[in-house]
Amino acid sequence: MKETTLTVKHKVGLHARPAAKFVKAAKQFDSDIQISNITRGGDRVSAKSLVSLVKIAVACGHQVHITADGSDEDQAIDALTEFIVNTMEEQP
Amino acid sequence: MTRMQGIAASNGIAIGPAFLYRVELPEIPVSSDADPTEELERFEQSVDAVRTHLESIEERKRGQMHADNFEILDVQKELLSDEEYGDKIRTLIRHQGRNAEAAVQEVTKAVVTEFSMLEDEYFRQRAADVADLGNRLIRNLMDIADVDLGDLTEPVVLLAHDLSPSDTIGFELDKVAAMCTEAGSSTSHTAIVARSIGIPAVVGIGTMDVREGATIILDGNEGVAIADPDDATLAEYRERKTRDEKRREELLAKAASPAITADDVHIHCVANVGSVDSARTAAEYGADGIGLLRSEFLYLERPRLPDEEEQYTAFSQIADCLPDTTVVVRTLDVGGDKSVPSIKMPKEENPFLGHRAIRLTLEEPDLFEPQIRALLRTAADRDVRIMLPFVSTLSELRTARERIATIHTSMTAHGTAVCDSPKIGIMIEIPSAAVMADAFAREADFFSIGTNDLCQYTMAADRTNSKVAELANFLDPAVLFLIKRSIDAAENAGIPVAMCGEMAGSVIATPLLLGMGLREFSMSPSQLPEIKDAVRGLSVNDCRPLVDECLQCATASDVREILRSFLDSRLSRR
Repeated sequence: MKETTLTVKHKVGLHARPAAKFVKAAKQFDSDIQISNITRGGDRVSAKSLVSLVKIAVACGHQVHITADGSDEDQAIDALTEFIVNTMEEQP
Repeated sequence: MTRMQGIAASNGIAIGPAFLYRVELPEIPVSSDADPTEELERFEQSVDAVRTHLESIEERKRGQMHADNFEILDVQKELLSDEEYGDKIRTLIRHQGRNAEAAVQEVTKAVVTEFSMLEDEYFRQRAADVADLGNRLIRNLMDIADVDLGDLTEPVVLLAHDLSPSDTIGFELDKVAAMCTEAGSSTSHTAIVARSIGIPAVVGIGTMDVREGATIILDGNEGVAIADPDDATLAEYRERKTRDEKRREELLAKAASPAITADDVHIHCVANVGSVDSARTAAEYGADGIGLLRSEFLYLERPRLPDEEEQYTAFSQIADCLPDTTVVVRTLDVGGDKSVPSIKMPKEENPFLGHRAIRLTLEEPDLFEPQIRALLRTAADRDVRIMLPFVSTLSELRTARERIATIHTSMTAHGTAVCDSPKIGIMIEIPSAAVMADAFAREADFFSIGTNDLCQYTMAADRTNSKVAELANFLDPAVLFLIKRSIDAAENAGIPVAMCGEMAGSVIATPLLLGMGLREFSMSPSQLPEIKDAVRGLSVNDCRPLVDECLQCATASDVREILRSFLDSRLSRR
């Protein structure tokens, strides 16, 4: 299993459109991918569900913990890190 | 034929088919022994249909809307295949024998409930997206026409429970002939939108039982809606509509010329606007300038705050719709019944008395500074003035003035083109400001009396609550007393005073306000022709005695009676 902890700097957090894109990115991998909002505390949920992602309400400045477990876990963590650190910053 | 009486919110008469906007769905049958294969197939068909429909909206609106507005469509498309939404519905059908519509309803309800409990306003709002999606699916499954305003071929009479700014922003307004809501008052959002685009509206009509497509007569002059009219009624209203349109055309033809009273006093009739479109309408309707530009439109339905550049572009575009006139821009006024997604506002016990408008923006440089910078730049070569909303104490005005001066100094130092000295005025909409008007008049560059809030706060009556909205009456002597006090204070200090509330666009109040000394009236564009026409038929000298007469009245209905008979005797003579 691979894991990482990141801070979301995007102004509105993992909300609506960015969240929908994040879910799309996660769904490209076979691994089981989970995410939790460290700042708010609480549930670890599937990163492949938009409903779950909205429920953990990741706002700007929040820290998230992401785990991936499966054949493509390395690629999954890299891609999602890239999404949160770079892609989200560029795209509104 | 059903006749319903509501509140007249925007003038004019329209006749057209009913379009039910997001109304309650009919009772949904629930089964626990449905055939899973059959139901799954029905569900997948509805998913495909809804997906195609969402894509067609996206296609049509591309290029017309700000990119942020697509957000809801993206979210809804993703939800259709979400493991916690679409897949959960499939499971219910497969394993619990649920019929497709019942399964959709059950899962939608559960997700909506969960989202509604989120603490963060911004995430909480997603509940509406899920509810809307569930609605679309169920409508499709039950064969209830799910027409989008853009698909309509003829203009409709739009019926809804109530409409919020986020509802109306998505409308294709040329397909809406009139609007009618169950809730609301003459100052609610529906009324303001209808007046700004010049279509009839009736609000606060109570529960409506009207079927989709039924013929509706909507009389915005009298506040009446008639469903399924008989032939005689229909003929009568067709005639009234023709007469009404003719009168409006005549007024409109004269609208461009100035409003000068019979005794030669020039009255400035300016417009309340909230978008580039409404500024264009204002120009068509003969506005002498803009008395209230509501800057909130820049913040609606988008996750991020507008930056300085975007605001500068919007303000310039609007000001350029009415070249060589004065444009008064109100700084961001959110809170109370107005919330925007990019600004986090904790739930308050009493939002109308809470942390809103200037109280909020003075504490948030991210909100205040880009807006002021954009305004100072727009004012470099135009007469653009800054109006502060919701000022209740002098210290707020002083703080705002200092902040603006600091921003102005730094911009000048950096060589940015800005105006020489910013003109800063206040809205008089809180009773404390009206009571202290003399002190405010010494430090503000102008006043604008916002009667909608002034009435609601003076009378302690929520204007969005149709049960008490009646109390918030601008003809109440208590309100008149505060208005007179504000006008007198401005006059004594030698600063301009305008009025930008509902009262300024109501003919019934025109003679009294002229008598009190008001010379600038700011209103919805569609009200301009009529007010200008009334002004031309009155003389200020003649109106002066009305002031004492009305202020001595004990009730709003006494005041109304005096003004009614005055107007009848003056305006009917022409």
